[in-house]
Amino acid sequence: MQDWETTFNQLVDALLPQLNDDEAVQVILVAEDSQFTRFNQARVRQTGTVANGSLTLMLMAHQRVANESITFTGEKETDWPLLMAALQNLREELPQLPEDPYLVLPHGNEQSREVYPGQLLSPEAVVPTLLPHLTGLDAAGLYAGGRSVQAYADSSGQRHWFETETFTLDYSLFTAEGQAVKGTYAGRAWDDAEYADTLAASKALLGRMATSRKVLERGQYRSYLAPAAVADLVSMLSWGGIGEASLRRGGSALGPLQRQERSLSPKLHLAEDFAQGQVSRFNQYGELAPLTMSLIASGYLVNTLVSARTAKEYDIPSTFAESGEYLRSPVLSPGTLATSDALSALGTGLYVSNLHYLNWSDRPNGRITGMTRYACFWVEHGEIVAPIENLRFDESLYNFWGDNLIDLTQEVSFVPEVGSYGYRDLGGTAVPGMLVDKFAYTL
Amino acid sequence: MRTIHKNLGETVTATSLRTTDPTDLLKQTLESLDLPADWVGIRVLHEDRRQRSQRDGKPERNRRSQDRGAMVEVLVNGQLGYAATNRLSVEGLRQAATQAFKQAKAAAPWQIYAFQPSIRPQVTGAYQSPVVKSLESLQAGDVNDLLARICHGLKVSDKIVQAKASVGTQAIDSWLVSTSGTQIHQHFSFLTVDFGATAQDGPVVQTRTYNGAGARCYQGGWEHLGQSDDFWASVRRVGEQALELLTVEECPEMTTTLVLSPDQMMLQIHESIGHPLELDRILGDERNYAGGSFVKPKDFGTLQYGSALLNVTFDPTVDSEFASYAFDDTGVTAERQHLIRHGQLERGLGSRESQLRLGVPGVACARATSWDRPPIDRMANINLEPGDRTFAELIADVEDGVYMEANRSWSIDDQRYKFQFGCEYAKRIRNGQLAETLRNPNYRATTPQFWHSLVQVGNRETWQVFGTPYCGKGEPNQVIRVGHGAPVCTFANIEVFGGAG
Repeated sequence: MQDWETTFNQLVDALLPQLNDDEAVQVILVAEDSQFTRFNQARVRQTGTVANGSLTLMLMAHQRVANESITFTGEKETDWPLLMAALQNLREELPQLPEDPYLVLPHGNEQSREVYPGQLLSPEAVVPTLLPHLTGLDAAGLYAGGRSVQAYADSSGQRHWFETETFTLDYSLFTAEGQAVKGTYAGRAWDDAEYADTLAASKALLGRMATSRKVLERGQYRSYLAPAAVADLVSMLSWGGIGEASLRRGGSALGPLQRQERSLSPKLHLAEDFAQGQVSRFNQYGELAPLTMSLIASGYLVNTLVSARTAKEYDIPSTFAESGEYLRSPVLSPGTLATSDALSALGTGLYVSNLHYLNWSDRPNGRITGMTRYACFWVEHGEIVAPIENLRFDESLYNFWGDNLIDLTQEVSFVPEVGSYGYRDLGGTAVPGMLVDKFAYTL
Repeated sequence: MRTIHKNLGETVTATSLRTTDPTDLLKQTLESLDLPADWVGIRVLHEDRRQRSQRDGKPERNRRSQDRGAMVEVLVNGQLGYAATNRLSVEGLRQAATQAFKQAKAAAPWQIYAFQPSIRPQVTGAYQSPVVKSLESLQAGDVNDLLARICHGLKVSDKIVQAKASVGTQAIDSWLVSTSGTQIHQHFSFLTVDFGATAQDGPVVQTRTYNGAGARCYQGGWEHLGQSDDFWASVRRVGEQALELLTVEECPEMTTTLVLSPDQMMLQIHESIGHPLELDRILGDERNYAGGSFVKPKDFGTLQYGSALLNVTFDPTVDSEFASYAFDDTGVTAERQHLIRHGQLERGLGSRESQLRLGVPGVACARATSWDRPPIDRMANINLEPGDRTFAELIADVEDGVYMEANRSWSIDDQRYKFQFGCEYAKRIRNGQLAETLRNPNYRATTPQFWHSLVQVGNRETWQVFGTPYCGKGEPNQVIRVGHGAPVCTFANIEVFGGAG
């Protein structure tokens, strides 16, 4: 395995002396060595490895800024000429660009290094380890694992290195009628026993799906949303929600909350919490986020995600967010409901394990539409009656996180990110389950 | 073996990517391999991308990226293994081939299907995007001047709280060389244009964009941006309509006649025709992520998907459409095919691998987002063919209804059955005429009900092509560009409604 850290440091050390006095730079690296195995019907559909890296050089001079990304192979003799060519390209381009009044120059003296080695399956061991346990099941899913790196350096002397070895196994089990349950097993050290336990729980749940589906009329139903469903709802706040820029420019669903036109339940507490080390604390400006920061406390918006750029534009303090001002390590606080009591507290209504394909249907008013998916059940008097035909919901967060929020569970689950657009996602969302009244299903 | 050299369009000017043809390197690598494999192929991609954006006339992003890498596929005992690497040397590619070989060998006993080398055809050929004004003909300063002018044009009032404009270009060279003698080179040139204005008056916020976020996607060059008075009229109209939407009524809740413009038909076709016809969804490969399909294998050749007015094609030959190409990423030659003819389902969207597994006809649509992902079944250009009604005739036939433009919200279930879509802008139709403007227009239906409700199809004059660079699917995840051409269409008895009260 290549020593990417040494190469990155050598490149940066060689680059900085090349700069003119009026130039500043940031260098950002993202790279991974990953193994992917995709399966369907408990058989291998596709399997392979990906070694990829991208090095982004941002050049700043005379109040102007531009950046260029190049391929990072980890071999200095290959990457150095590309980096020098990128510097030359940017020097030629910069004078053509308009001045950027919100340019954030590198500043500070933060340094960090976090390395989390894992105990992963070797690429050739993945199939013979995973698939024998799925024999006889209609299973589809993806194993993804390997090394992920994020790094930062700038001309003010800041430097960060975050490296972790992780895996995610994201799978679905299906009945002959197409009903399904979702399972996820993720971590840094593969453990056969934990895998077997996770799978056993999924198989048990699949057994509950065997009865025929209940078709429900559209309407409002008391609903229990399991942690995976709650995590999907929380993720919407990263897309026109908790970011200060979107709030300032009319693009946020939390505008009514900030303007105190609408309110949320005092039971609702949302924070960013980097204490678990799932993701890097540094951002693209080289700033280190605080270990924890409250965003919504007792239903009130107490902080927003403010990037250094937004801070400069509006002359407000930064909260060390990424420029996209999205949640990186969100935690929704627990409530008082024991998960074991969730069904009895639900009484009669819907148990919703997962949601699917969420989108704002009216963002300025906080309304979200999406579908139920996987193990969702009709419950009567605290007992599961039958799985349901999937329903479309269309509901405002000012309802389900407002007056209609009955309680959250005492237990918090970590729902790992399993996405891999570009590079494998890291981290996840820590959330409890949630009991709500009058959740609106529309189709 | 087929040899194809193909250019779309009459005027072709190559955009000179500063790149080196790796064909000799790939041949040398393949010749040096001593793996007991049934087939080996290497697909190399060089991509040069520029993204520039401004907000309120101030620069937000001036970004370039250059990406190079190779996808090495190895077929062993009926199982493909892959290894993607950005080390483009004989040594780097050989190591990748060895890694792919080991992957395939370890997985072969657990394979879902024993493939033959025929899934990767023996073809030589080339393709080049039609370009009039090359991507390199505009400098960074010129593009920023254009973006500033767009932002200025959008700002028609102090109530416009945000005016945004962005442009993206991509020059991509793709080479595919294999042990079976395949040798393909395709050079693509893409341009995407996006702008929009957000208006706010107290709690009321409305956004209007240039036919929906990211919908203006072209294969070609700078000839597609800012060359006409119509373009600058569109800029001003977007700003004016965002402002107009602040004071108009909500779309009423009712079941009515719905007329959709091509910039919303694009999304409608994509979500409720394109995706459900993907054979890998029907095979179940996507069930853990994007989902399955309500379409069953037996439906091909028998299912009446929609009304007899519905004619849908897979068409990679349309000039300037975003996902035109001569070969897919496995080397299969791309040709125009009907998917749905007179409402009846004929063919799916599936690679040779999927066609073999399912026994259903497909098209040349095995595509990968880049060199670092294996090809899977994807849409490319999926178009709804025009009918014979003018726009005036379509509207004149509606006594009471709603006309909607430009997608802003989209959601559909994992079987592609129950959907809800929202648009930016709508007009009430009263007594055969466009009447008052409506805001927050949404509609919902199920896919079969919706397409069977197709009662009028606009003619070629109403037909427009749009697309998106952001169709997501696959495990590991992949995002890919698609194109969708459609006329204005009318649907009967559709549930429409407005925003939150």
